[in-house]
Amino acid sequence: MSRSDFTVGALKALPVIISAGPFAVLFGAVAVANGQTVAEAALMSATVYAGASQLVGIELFGQAVPMWVVVLSILAVNFRHILYSAAITPFMDHFTLPQKMLSFFLLTDPQFAETLARGESGRSVSFPWYLGFGAMIYVPWVAMTAVGGLVGKAMGDPADWGIDVLLPIYFLGLVLGFRKRGNFLLIVAVSAVVSVTAQHLIGSPWHISVGALAGVLLAALLPLPDQRTEREETIR
Amino acid sequence: MTTLLTPYMTLLIAAAAAATFATRIGGYILVKRLKHMPPRLEAALNAVPAAVLTTLVAPAFFHGELDVKVAMAAAFLIGLRFGAIPMLIGGWAAVMVMRQFLG
Repeated sequence: MSRSDFTVGALKALPVIISAGPFAVLFGAVAVANGQTVAEAALMSATVYAGASQLVGIELFGQAVPMWVVVLSILAVNFRHILYSAAITPFMDHFTLPQKMLSFFLLTDPQFAETLARGESGRSVSFPWYLGFGAMIYVPWVAMTAVGGLVGKAMGDPADWGIDVLLPIYFLGLVLGFRKRGNFLLIVAVSAVVSVTAQHLIGSPWHISVGALAGVLLAALLPLPDQRTEREETIR
Repeated sequence: MTTLLTPYMTLLIAAAAAATFATRIGGYILVKRLKHMPPRLEAALNAVPAAVLTTLVAPAFFHGELDVKVAMAAAFLIGLRFGAIPMLIGGWAAVMVMRQFLG
């Protein structure tokens, strides 16, 4: 049972490798171009393990920004994980404390979205499943960072290979996966408008947190979904 | 012999890793401190995936060139019927075709 859960989780992560793997290579290449050693790039992927923030961090490092600004920017990009860990807690509460520690360390965008989708569909989110999904992303992520660092200069422009569209498309797929939820269109519209506007006005990476908070606040202020469900039930 | 790790960069990576782990466990710690979940907080948390993931998608679409916009639109249509891998293949094919023939 355990082993099959691990395998099921690992197989579920295949699209993630396809879409995120090239970004590990890209990060490795950019990191070395900006002055990190291959070992440092791999260490960063292995310990930070958050692609967008790693790219932001290494970009700022390359521009000789003070360390605290780099770390603060990484924090800003990763702020969304606070929302993730809060939202995912009900499905991970049965893990032991060490399992939780490892699980929260592995909590990436796809890990969050797929865990939530699985938990809400009524299937059990077991630790082996979670670990299978996470390991299938973590190990290639670190390995492909090292590969990118080693062969980076030979790669050329990632746009030539069309890999720049893969991650946005993967995230788009994750968003679509939640389209049956209450107020979905309204929340997506507000987060989209606010994040795009914020990117113009205050710039990256802050637009992620600002746009996300706008959508989440909207959901908190809208009429509560419970009342709507009751109404739907009376209609039926 | 080339250096594997420099002290400055190792410290930066450690700080970045600590900050990132703090965000990944922060929401759990906050939620566990509450005895019961207020309904409005629950509604807010329910909106997290759509709200957060959208901020990773919308700017990429609006700031992308025409080829990126077309690829994402194609992937969106595919995504209404099919899963992640057809979306990725369709979107990637669209952007490659546009760059090859229209670029």
